[in-house]
Amino acid sequence: MLEIAAELVAAMVAHARADHPDEACGVIAGPIGGDRPERFIPMVNAARSPTFYEFDSLDLLRLYRDMDDHDEEPVVIYHSHTATEAYPSRTDVSYASEPHAHYVLVSTRETGSDEGPYELRSYRIVEGQITEEEVRVVGQSSRTE
Amino acid sequence: MSIEVRIPTILRPYTGDAKTVEASGDSLTAVIDDLETRHPGLRERLLDEGGSLRRFVNIYIDDEDVRFMGGLQAPVSDGASITILPAVAGGSADLG
Repeated sequence: MLEIAAELVAAMVAHARADHPDEACGVIAGPIGGDRPERFIPMVNAARSPTFYEFDSLDLLRLYRDMDDHDEEPVVIYHSHTATEAYPSRTDVSYASEPHAHYVLVSTRETGSDEGPYELRSYRIVEGQITEEEVRVVGQSSRTE
Repeated sequence: MSIEVRIPTILRPYTGDAKTVEASGDSLTAVIDDLETRHPGLRERLLDEGGSLRRFVNIYIDDEDVRFMGGLQAPVSDGASITILPAVAGGSADLG
């Protein structure tokens, strides 16, 4: 199960909408071993593509250095699908390399950049196996939908 | 000569869970060969069947991406720090 603050969910959805129709991506870091997503870190999609995302290699190095300095790990790795459902593609699975991370997918296919209903789902992806998990949103969102 | 290599979480099963390991070699190829003798299996996770650096692995020598330093031929100096990081990538396209 992924337990996550409402404001972090809102931040991921806002990022996905802002970058639509390109895929948005980022990380929510948290204390090592704590399984608590805390620090929202939107990343640039170096591919700038509606069907692919990739962290720039030097951004990636800086991100991991920064998490290391804070004794953090990537608790959530999120990205958006902009024309398909919020389910990991074969590409997502082949690249997934953080066995302890929650892979969150946001789909903006219904509403694009606009407010409205969205799809947000979370998965573990370990050794090529996808396992969907419950998302428990805690706390009140300060944003109104 | 001694080089420090930082190992990502997903490859730590090969290093007895160690986050950093020592290696030696004057080029990236030599360092990877040396790593393989100390931590068997690691080489295959970094290089593909043709012996090229895998697309989804990033390797940095002193904070520079080796892809811009000659790839596997990149020179490594004594005391260098090497970081291995899996790419964070994906997307709705099925690359096949």
